[in-house]
Amino acid sequence: MKDVFITANTIISPLGFDSEANVSAIAKEQSGITLHNNISTSPCYASIIDHKKLDDAFSKIGDSKIFTKLEKMMILSLQDTISQASFSISNKTALIIASTKGNIDALNNNFEPERAYLPVLAHKIKEFFGFKTEPIIISNACVSGILAIAVAKRFLQNDYYDNAFVVGGDIVSEFTLSGFQSFQAISKKPCQPFSKHRTGISIGDAAASVAITTDTSEREAIQIIGDGSCNDANHISGPSRTGEGLYLSIISALKEANLKPESIDYISAHGTATAFNDEMEAIAFNRAKLEKIPLNSLKGYYGHTLGASGLLESIVGIHSLKNNMLYKSLGMDELGVTMPLNIIENTTKKELKTFIKTASGFGGCNTAVIFKKVKQ
Amino acid sequence: MKKQLKIIAYCHIKNNTISINGKSIIAKDKDLSFSDFVKQIYKEKQLAYPKFFKMDNLCKLAFLTSEFLFEAAKLDSKIIKHTGIVLSNSASSLDTDRKYQDTITDKDNYFPSPAVFVYTLANIMIGEISIRHQIKGENAFFVSEKFNETLIEHYASSLITNKKSSHILCGWVDMDNNNYDAFMYLVSEEGLYNYSKKIIKKTYTQN
Repeated sequence: MKDVFITANTIISPLGFDSEANVSAIAKEQSGITLHNNISTSPCYASIIDHKKLDDAFSKIGDSKIFTKLEKMMILSLQDTISQASFSISNKTALIIASTKGNIDALNNNFEPERAYLPVLAHKIKEFFGFKTEPIIISNACVSGILAIAVAKRFLQNDYYDNAFVVGGDIVSEFTLSGFQSFQAISKKPCQPFSKHRTGISIGDAAASVAITTDTSEREAIQIIGDGSCNDANHISGPSRTGEGLYLSIISALKEANLKPESIDYISAHGTATAFNDEMEAIAFNRAKLEKIPLNSLKGYYGHTLGASGLLESIVGIHSLKNNMLYKSLGMDELGVTMPLNIIENTTKKELKTFIKTASGFGGCNTAVIFKKVKQ
Repeated sequence: MKKQLKIIAYCHIKNNTISINGKSIIAKDKDLSFSDFVKQIYKEKQLAYPKFFKMDNLCKLAFLTSEFLFEAAKLDSKIIKHTGIVLSNSASSLDTDRKYQDTITDKDNYFPSPAVFVYTLANIMIGEISIRHQIKGENAFFVSEKFNETLIEHYASSLITNKKSSHILCGWVDMDNNNYDAFMYLVSEEGLYNYSKKIIKKTYTQN
């Protein structure tokens, strides 16, 4: 099977409009989550990209009036990734788009309601950059972003494409915010993944993109070496009490990567900070014998960015490998799950080679992908 | 090595007609509403699965299609447990999204419901099918403007080549403002019908 690598990457978030700015903010323990008074019926913590900053950045490459907020975020991210990539768009280049809710705000804003259809959003992105293939859209709840990396890898390994650009994005909307509120899942403080004092999620805006190829000349390349995406077959909105689907996804990824659990250097967990999710993850990581591996959730920096989160957090993980840094799991104070976990309490330097990124979502979906730093 | 796929069975539900492997088995009045149509089918099939009534229309459609398909395919339960599910549509969950939006647009009549919100994700149908048949295999939900049989074939074939699944439930399940269309097929390396885009396309469009 062909080796598949992640090369260029860009994060667009309140912490910055490129990956380096984001990672440097994380190193300083800065969070994008702040209190907002105008996004809900009552004040609410969320991580939101400032409209004016976004428009200022976007106006350098396009007309900010004709694109939705999410489209601007995704296009800005892709623009940077495409400009960094070692390949250019050909008729064997895939465009893979991951989003949980897309332009859902178009159901109730000044844009045409048709804009809420994901293929319409995908077409805007395709046209902007002149992609030659039909966009591949993945909308698989909160695993969309990480699943998109697995899908790209699988398509490249099976020769359907030579390379791919993958972009994921979601925004804080009244739609998703009110929905999570109706579940009483929104935290009254910035979210605290895995903490005893956690009371729910914070949500956030983000777009992230990567270039994926079978051909890299990078001296220190990041290879995607295993993946799995299994269902709990248990409940449509509640995580499995045994962590079944996540456990199976991790085992599938480890098996493909031909790695033992102890060879993983770092876990980038999903860690939404709801009571049930974090407990479920702790159970799955223990079942997979990963409980001693340093782990963080990046939700304390970004909130839950839905379909973007897996992609965004994979990029931060890639920078962890490149910088040999384990970043603090922001919001963690006292461990609040019933099984042991090795949560990263302080940002520390450590030689890193491999990490696993996991995510879980409504519909009982779970995904795990393993990345490895290879010298060539 | 790319795998040669075979089709084990296929099911199409459209215009209040259900067909299995290309033969119509149930045809109801075309003027029947979708909810009356599925209620009749549920009753006649004696399904006894109360969760069905909690589902949104998209999930009901996906659920029923998979019921008929699994019945026709007669797979071993061990195989079913590891079956991959790769579904797609055009409108994602917009049919239910609009209903949910109606509960939050008017601030004087604001009643967001978790029971509706949970169905504002198209991949929930994969979850419902997985729960019904205890399927813990690979999952993916794709969105495309029209049924893209090539995309689904490539992904199914990749899952088999990469040894992630041996059998895959593929298909298109779309529900948008009372228009619906469901077409599902089970593929593996062994099956009754040779896989070809032509067959899929022909079967999908013939009803």
